[in-house]
Amino acid sequence: MGSTLSEKVWERHVVRRAAGEPDLLYVDLHLVHEVTSPQAFDGLRLAKRRVRRPDLTLATMDHNVPTNDEPAEDISARQIEAMARNAREFGIRCYPTGDPNQGIVHVISPQLGLTQPGMTIVCGDSHTSTHGALGALAWGIGTSEIEHVLATQTIAQTKPGTMAVTVEGVLPADCAAKDVILGIIARIGTAGGTGNVIEYRGAAIGALSMEGRLTICNMSIEAGARAGMVAPDDVTFAWLQGRPFAPKGAQWEQALDYWRSLVTDAGATFDREVTIDATALRPYVTWGTNPAQSVTIDGAVPDPDSLPHDSRDSARRALRYQDLTPGTAMREIAVDAVFIGSCSNARIEDLRAAAEVVRGRRVRSGIRGLVVPGSMGVKADAEREGLDRIFIDAGFEWRDAGCSMCLGMNPDVLRPGERCASTSNRNFEGRQGPGGRTHLVSPTVAAATAIAGHFALPSDLR
Amino acid sequence: MEPVRRIVGRALPLARADVDTDQIIPSHWLKRLERTGYGPGLFEAWRKDPAFVLNDPRYQGAVVLLAGANFGCGSSREHAVWALLDAGFRAVIAPRLADIFRNNALRNGLVPVEIDADSVEKLVGAARRDPTTTIAIDVERSTVQAPGIRATFALDEFSRTRLLEGLDEIAVTLRQEGDIAAFETNRPEWLPRVR
Repeated sequence: MGSTLSEKVWERHVVRRAAGEPDLLYVDLHLVHEVTSPQAFDGLRLAKRRVRRPDLTLATMDHNVPTNDEPAEDISARQIEAMARNAREFGIRCYPTGDPNQGIVHVISPQLGLTQPGMTIVCGDSHTSTHGALGALAWGIGTSEIEHVLATQTIAQTKPGTMAVTVEGVLPADCAAKDVILGIIARIGTAGGTGNVIEYRGAAIGALSMEGRLTICNMSIEAGARAGMVAPDDVTFAWLQGRPFAPKGAQWEQALDYWRSLVTDAGATFDREVTIDATALRPYVTWGTNPAQSVTIDGAVPDPDSLPHDSRDSARRALRYQDLTPGTAMREIAVDAVFIGSCSNARIEDLRAAAEVVRGRRVRSGIRGLVVPGSMGVKADAEREGLDRIFIDAGFEWRDAGCSMCLGMNPDVLRPGERCASTSNRNFEGRQGPGGRTHLVSPTVAAATAIAGHFALPSDLR
Repeated sequence: MEPVRRIVGRALPLARADVDTDQIIPSHWLKRLERTGYGPGLFEAWRKDPAFVLNDPRYQGAVVLLAGANFGCGSSREHAVWALLDAGFRAVIAPRLADIFRNNALRNGLVPVEIDADSVEKLVGAARRDPTTTIAIDVERSTVQAPGIRATFALDEFSRTRLLEGLDEIAVTLRQEGDIAAFETNRPEWLPRVR
């Protein structure tokens, strides 16, 4: 027998278990942002309830915020103000715009060392799965659940299933973590993880940096999973040590003892297991309007009739929306915009990789290139390294932190019909602006595409 | 939340797979501070096409949405559920719903009905042939019925009670104060505190 990693973390957080009811779990950290929380705070006010644990609750502003010097448009400003007001009224710490700690909620929490192995973390945002990269059990919730967590610091959940995705072998040099997760989603589908917590395992996962693991866990939700996790190891511990909220001194040693126990037991079984050969992966580009609709960059837009029967309709609809013709080589598809940002790929390592590609080169004329660091902390780090100069000299716009063009809630949107190579996580219709066309790629492919003007690898550039 | 026992009425045959919550309610609607008023934003982009099924007057007043697999995938926005409720829908039937969407639906009295793909297809066929086809969903018995079609769906006891009684889940949990406080005394000291 034995337990899987996710089961261990789950069991340790059960406050109450009763037959026929979901488990009541304790929440170690509740992250809050301006877009999905106002109605939850209103609910508290109406019922005259307080926030039970302001010390375990952190707010920031990320979805709506402008990433340049322009003021927020009125309706967004109203929401940003509401966040500040609610944080004040309920005694919650908030990193507002202009604060050096402000940024995308899933970037700042790991960066500050708040995200730690074995914790339960929730947030009103589906990409909360990101935090699983450090061995936390983290998942996205809706506004009613936010209100419940604010009031009780607990959440009632049915126990998810377990799924192992084992990535064996060594990843090819031109592949990034983004290609691993796009490859996994291409294989298991957008509902491949539904009802389950995915644990990513195997040599190729162990060899990834923390940034890479964050990218992979980030997109667990794109495979439909409840959450994604990687067992903490020396990479995790080295990454955490010394961060502002990480345990110190004797407490570090105590924590480390516990963290080392957070592995799936040898005898444990998963409800579902999938094995991926890392050596067979290539850089991916999505062609469609869901993250499973992808091919490798060496491939071409597929003919819907060549696809499995049940995916033909959505492929046809996707190709119409994306204005693509079957048989077109991916490298022949030209783009209008390149977005390097989002909770998927806007950490320092992502910016370094992209900067390395564009150093000394120029963004192809006519292409709008946007680099939006995931947090003001990442921005400061990048500027210390001079990455801002490299991007600006190449013709990119260098912005402040926020979700920006990942979901088009601030003025950073595609115009109808524009095509974008994006390091974000969703290529849904209209995601980056009504009528906009999104292709998901890794940071290095995004960077090379900005230079070439069409989808390209860094090695394609002269 | 209002109690829900039985839903009877017409059904809208959407029948598309992988419909994400960005399609159900686009992100610019999320800038609002309220829980209501999202109906006009429901499927906003698709509604611009006059041939889109939601624009078909024969389905006006539909209370059941017949969806495809993985309906509600993507963003956790509860606004998707609010928009469906606001537009008059009381239940969504699909072979499989995305996890967060299903959770959100249950907490707002929108009945999530997952039944086998064949039965969904039959219901879609019936609604397409005759838009006046009436579908009946019984929450207590977990059944879906239409002329010549009958299926049962899974619903755990807690969720059923929540729907039938319109429970205030926070009030229920606050009664467990003793258990929560006891748990808190045993949390390790090294866990982070934000303030």
